Amino acid sequence: MTFKFVSKRILMFFIVVLVASSVNFFIPKLVPDTDPVSIRMMEIADQGGVYDEGMKAVADEYFKMFGLDQPLWKQYLFHLRDAATFNLGVSFTYYPSTVMGMIWDALPWTFGLLFTATIMSFVIGGVVGALLGWPYAPRSLRYIVPPLFLFSAIPYYMLGLLLIYVLAYWLPLFPTAGGYQIGEIFNFGWGRMVDIIHHAALPALSIVIAEFGIRSLVTRGMILSLYGEDYIKLAEAKGLPNSRIFMWYGIRNTLLPQFTILALHLGHIASGAIIVEIIFAYPGLGNLLRDSVQAFDFPVIYGIVYFLILSIAVATLLLDFIYPIIDPRITYED
Amino acid sequence: MKKIKELIKKYPILSIGILVLISPLVFSGVGHLFIDTGKAEALSVVPRLGPNSELWLGSDMHGRDLFAVAVAGIPLTLYVGFLAGIISLGVGIVLGFLTGYLGGWLDDIVRLFTDSLMTIPSIAVMIVLAISIEENITLNQMALVISSLAWMGPTRVIRAQVLTLKERPFIEVSRLSGMNTFEIIFQEILPNMLPFLAASFTGAVTGSILASVGLEAIGLGPMADPTMGMTLYWAISFTAMLAGMWWWWLPPIIVIMIIFSGLYLIAAGLDKIANPRLEGPQA
Repeated sequence: MTFKFVSKRILMFFIVVLVASSVNFFIPKLVPDTDPVSIRMMEIADQGGVYDEGMKAVADEYFKMFGLDQPLWKQYLFHLRDAATFNLGVSFTYYPSTVMGMIWDALPWTFGLLFTATIMSFVIGGVVGALLGWPYAPRSLRYIVPPLFLFSAIPYYMLGLLLIYVLAYWLPLFPTAGGYQIGEIFNFGWGRMVDIIHHAALPALSIVIAEFGIRSLVTRGMILSLYGEDYIKLAEAKGLPNSRIFMWYGIRNTLLPQFTILALHLGHIASGAIIVEIIFAYPGLGNLLRDSVQAFDFPVIYGIVYFLILSIAVATLLLDFIYPIIDPRITYED
Repeated sequence: MKKIKELIKKYPILSIGILVLISPLVFSGVGHLFIDTGKAEALSVVPRLGPNSELWLGSDMHGRDLFAVAVAGIPLTLYVGFLAGIISLGVGIVLGFLTGYLGGWLDDIVRLFTDSLMTIPSIAVMIVLAISIEENITLNQMALVISSLAWMGPTRVIRAQVLTLKERPFIEVSRLSGMNTFEIIFQEILPNMLPFLAASFTGAVTGSILASVGLEAIGLGPMADPTMGMTLYWAISFTAMLAGMWWWWLPPIIVIMIIFSGLYLIAAGLDKIANPRLEGPQA
């Protein structure tokens, strides 16, 4: 890892974060008539507040409170400072809950779902893809599996809807929505764990089925290119059993490149998972995002968007830095 | 006719893919002859009816004739995807050629931005853009919103191709024979990249339809247009699944699956042309 690589990578990270926070700041400003104060005043009026001179004073007070009476560049700097310190403001709808607090409540659900589904799709897709590229794998596999790749062409949320219909409505094996049984006291224990897994099964399955195709295509390509390598020939010449060559000489060498692919795909996976959560009303960030979009709860929307982009950027950065440590052949020299 | 047959024989997967992709359009074109697409608007027929001889795909909660919705909505869904795909590919071609062919500091900057933006979960930024647009987003605005975060893929692919092509001997020959940069780009490099351009266009269209249906399904689409994603949005918000109204949510899903399968087959077919080495195991 050269200094040049590290500094470039960190620069990229800051560009992403800067773009994320600037999008949140400038895009709403480009649109006329949507300054948050007038929206808030209209909401107050909707809720039965009265129109009189007092409203003007309240509006001015709001403007001052949020620094909206300052020049634009100053507002932007304040915005960046707040973004850097995770001061994302308070929700309009659930005032006075802070946006950060709401995100923290939803985060474990999203993280758990994404983490398990991603690992599962990597393991299943990796093994199946490797078998597809392996010359000694059963031939029938080559006719059964490729049609399954069509699933990877279908959006996550379509699969989600179909799974709801088949496995939750038609055969009521799984719950149709939610993250846990509603109406029970929320405590942690075995029954609770089973309940959570039961609720997470369908959303996770729709991510796994959709991701599995891409994963196995990638691994298949890697195995195909490995097969001409000398060390595989040597292992064969030594008379090692095929299964052993497959596991320890084949699959093992496809594991590392998967990390880079994972790093590039995290954003894509997260985008899909947001919509899957919405379809299944899963209590994570996606669902919170949908609710706040419907309620025009702008601070929460911008907060989630910023937080999502930031966390994906951090994860990608970490993966990129871990990669040369686990694979000593990678030096990142230009 | 004979030529088409030969092409089908030579590129079977690609041809099947194109046929599959066109089939919803054909359905819609034929449908236009039989049905009044005005019935795709709310309150035009009796709501909540199952399929019958009058309403072939029934009607939804708002009284839209769902067969008319399918007929009118399929071209709209494809339109958004193709428009966004064309914009992204256009940006990709311009940036890819500028950076790949000229190199230098411009290359460094554009690459820094493409690499950085690639990792952003695009749906998040699209949501911010879409909610910021006044109440009703139009189909064209949607295409613009989507392409604002879909140009990085084509840019990268095209840049990489330009980099490898510009070192080939035939480019050197055309430079020595006095062609200027523009002639080299348009007459020598571009024609050699057609399979790659087609592949990245297919990728961009796939991503754009994915994004547009996703945005629509969560309620950020054009409320008045009967696109497939909006139909899904209404179906989801009235829990059509659990109400047993399969004629409401199933057709848009089937149409979207057909579109994506077609695009997938086209991509696979183009891949075989662009990278002939990607055949199966040789044992």
